[in-house]
Amino acid sequence: MSVFTLKVNGQSARVDVDPTTPLLYVLSDDLQLNGPKFGCGLGQCGACTAIVNGRAVRSCRTPMSTVNGATVTTLEGLGTPEKPHPIQKAFINEQAAQCGFCVNGVILTAKAFLDQNPRATEAQIQQAMSTVLCRCFTTTRMMKAIKRYATERA
Amino acid sequence: MKNMTEEALAELRRSGFSRRQFLKGSGALVVAFSVAEFADTLGVAPDRMLAQGGNTPQMLDAWIAIGNDGIVTVYTGRADMGQGMSTVQVQLIAEELSVPVNRVHLVQCDTGMTPDQGTSSGSQAHPVNFNHENLAQAGATARQALLGMAAMRLGVPVEQLTVADGVVSVRSDGSKRATYGELIGGRRFNMNLQRDATRKPHAEWTVLGTSVPRIEIPEIMTGRFEFVHNVRVPGMVHGRVVRPPTVGATVASVDQSSVSGLAGNVKVVVKKNWVGVVADKPWQAIKAAETLKVNWTPGPNLPSQRDFERYMRNHPGRRDAYSVNSKDVDAKLAGAARRVTATYQHPYQMHGSMGSSCAVADVKDGNATIWSPTQAVYPLRSSSAMVLGMQPQNVRVIYVRGSGCYGLNGADSVSYDAAILSQAVGKPVRVQLSRKDEMAWGENYGLPFVVDQRAGIDAAGNIVAWDYETWSATFGNRPGNNAPGNVASGMLAGFPPAAVAARANAPDAANWDNGNNAVPAYVMGRIGAKDNGTGTVASERVLTHTVPSPFLTGPLRSPARLQNAFAQECFFDEMAAQVKADPVEYRLRHLSDPRLKTVVSAAAKQANWEARPSPKAAISRTGVASGRGIACVLYEGDNGYVALVAEVDVNQATGVVQARRIVVAQDVGPISSPDGLRNQLEGGALQGLSRALGEEVTWDDQKITSVDWVTYKTLYVGSNVPTIESVLIDHPEGEAMGAGETAITIVAAAVGNAIFDATGVRIRELPFSPERVRAALAAGAAGRTQTAGL
Repeated sequence: MSVFTLKVNGQSARVDVDPTTPLLYVLSDDLQLNGPKFGCGLGQCGACTAIVNGRAVRSCRTPMSTVNGATVTTLEGLGTPEKPHPIQKAFINEQAAQCGFCVNGVILTAKAFLDQNPRATEAQIQQAMSTVLCRCFTTTRMMKAIKRYATERA
Repeated sequence: MKNMTEEALAELRRSGFSRRQFLKGSGALVVAFSVAEFADTLGVAPDRMLAQGGNTPQMLDAWIAIGNDGIVTVYTGRADMGQGMSTVQVQLIAEELSVPVNRVHLVQCDTGMTPDQGTSSGSQAHPVNFNHENLAQAGATARQALLGMAAMRLGVPVEQLTVADGVVSVRSDGSKRATYGELIGGRRFNMNLQRDATRKPHAEWTVLGTSVPRIEIPEIMTGRFEFVHNVRVPGMVHGRVVRPPTVGATVASVDQSSVSGLAGNVKVVVKKNWVGVVADKPWQAIKAAETLKVNWTPGPNLPSQRDFERYMRNHPGRRDAYSVNSKDVDAKLAGAARRVTATYQHPYQMHGSMGSSCAVADVKDGNATIWSPTQAVYPLRSSSAMVLGMQPQNVRVIYVRGSGCYGLNGADSVSYDAAILSQAVGKPVRVQLSRKDEMAWGENYGLPFVVDQRAGIDAAGNIVAWDYETWSATFGNRPGNNAPGNVASGMLAGFPPAAVAARANAPDAANWDNGNNAVPAYVMGRIGAKDNGTGTVASERVLTHTVPSPFLTGPLRSPARLQNAFAQECFFDEMAAQVKADPVEYRLRHLSDPRLKTVVSAAAKQANWEARPSPKAAISRTGVASGRGIACVLYEGDNGYVALVAEVDVNQATGVVQARRIVVAQDVGPISSPDGLRNQLEGGALQGLSRALGEEVTWDDQKITSVDWVTYKTLYVGSNVPTIESVLIDHPEGEAMGAGETAITIVAAAVGNAIFDATGVRIRELPFSPERVRAALAAGAAGRTQTAGL
């Protein structure tokens, strides 16, 4: 076991875990956050996505030993139902969910990409979302919400 | 409220109330268990608490309770798995009772609180709760009862009363009024559902039938929504299952010492061939499951995937059934001007839920509570009791949404996992499956099909006989009340799965049942003297063979309906092509049901369908070929009319098929929420496309080999997907039908027809993978329809 510190959604967190523990379990179990989710544990679907030091990472494949001291943002760190972040607002306006299990990965991947590539073309956005999964296939609405956010923030 | 404990708050959340709602409204709380204690803990006046009977669904109080403050609490046994059922059920009651939607709270699927509505399946939520029984009838009964109470209190006849915002007032004198809270607040109705209670006429709807934004979506988008994966019970530990490495393997021995040095207070639990571990933390449980040494005795080899068609055709232990049989098919075929024959095949496919299945169970002191994503809380209560060796009344199952399910993913199976482990260790246990365990040992796959068809066409080009014969493989299914072995964990723990009851000589069909859409839309469906079908072809024979499957199977979204529709709707286009008829015109010519014809015409119109035979003229054999196809179905024979046009591009060099545009027209009776319906149609269309283009369960001689998102092909959020246009045909005077499984049923058929239109090559096996399409294009002539006669 080793002690790690993180800054998660603006708050300092300190955990004592096996250094091989993926960040996902620290976020979802130790810190009891609902946003990041286990989908595959293989980095193939995006459900576990968190923004670490500004980049979207698959937290199920990110050992704690590699993120000590990192700044982490999860879905609940963006906004609240009362005051959603603009990208969350775009998803709410488009009603872009069915079960909603995947939206963590969809929203955080899109946000991190557009933060770094504010002038991304539609094809580039599609490429960025090409390994993010939604098995209810709410695809059309999600892409619409992402483009809406991209236009609004540009 | 300030003295609420964390446990009480957790219990509130479990019960379907959010703390926010409670602090905001307090409202009615009507519960079945520990009423006084609950009221005290919550700081709610006991007179707002009513004992509730989950097993008395004939009573109005089982469905609706109204608090002193006029808050309406609704209890439903139909689960919202993400299809928007919570919101439309709130709309239904808000409409019937004339209260704003934000004064209606919904409690869903909890054996401690809600009526027993069996299984939320078969796209039946709307038929069951939005017509004249159950929840809709409860709403109408409550409205009638409240008006009666107001008439007594205000001293005027019911006809002189009007209701708005939960207040009944006299039409001629608005000062004479009574609120629902004053009329019934905190008290039981103490009456049965009334058969003569009539629903509010569609013309007066102001809430139902409108696109109310889904209630839970703001919480979903901001990470506040609680999935079953987020249920946290005090003292909870984490479990993991250890599955056999191959299909049919059995436990020879388990070396418990292999995990003795691991961190996290690891415990090993074995129940026949069911093996699991528990540890303090999730990662510790995962490590322990990976480390545990189990000696497995391999099972027999699996039938070869390459020869699976032969396996199904030749299996001796099959069960046969006729859906229709006019007994003149062979003669009519022999006398037909043309005969068309073809064989279609559909693979096993997966639900492949986004999140692997998860459940939490707390079994102690002779009682069990299971937080489960099941679609069937009451059946799961009974079957879990069998697994635990307990009485059903000592088990409470609480539905909490999981990852989208589409039928029978690992939801029930993982609920047994959590329950078995919790019972063994005496603590609450959370279990989430690994991706591989979900795909190889978690869910029940969608059915494989082989379909032989023969049809006869007369000299005028009309179909005169249709012979339809299928082979499908099944094993297990939903556990129901008493068959936990129908899913993986129950089977491994020693309960037998449902087997095929062999029956070689099928009796004639006595009753009309097209629930599986085995009967093509174009035949008359005659049973006795009655034509039950939607078509005009009089000579008809539909014979189905069910054989044992080597893998567990279940009702994957549009079970058997999709497979049948794929075979029928593509074969129909083969016949249209034979007589050089336009596929839309040919459908309209052979259909008799006006509503089915209407959706076909509506889809064609929206798609600007160009009337001409398929395939296109002058097809180039190189480059990208474009085409369009149509398909239609009356889902389950009586549960939703839908037609769908697909426009596709076929890259003839790579074999990649890309859909550019999908148009779907649908009539499912009165529409509860246009936007909710569109969301279902869009998702269904694209899920259908993903299944048509890539999804296929694979195996070798011992085990499943499609175990992740590399080996099981799916479309992603960033994939090139078609635009989707929905044409919603409102049919307010009709019965409410299902909308969840309509569009998906006919995507593969429409795409197959579009590929044929584009290339002139008919591909009769799914999925339309690049390899299969390339091979079919290369074979060319082999893809042509076999014909005989003229």
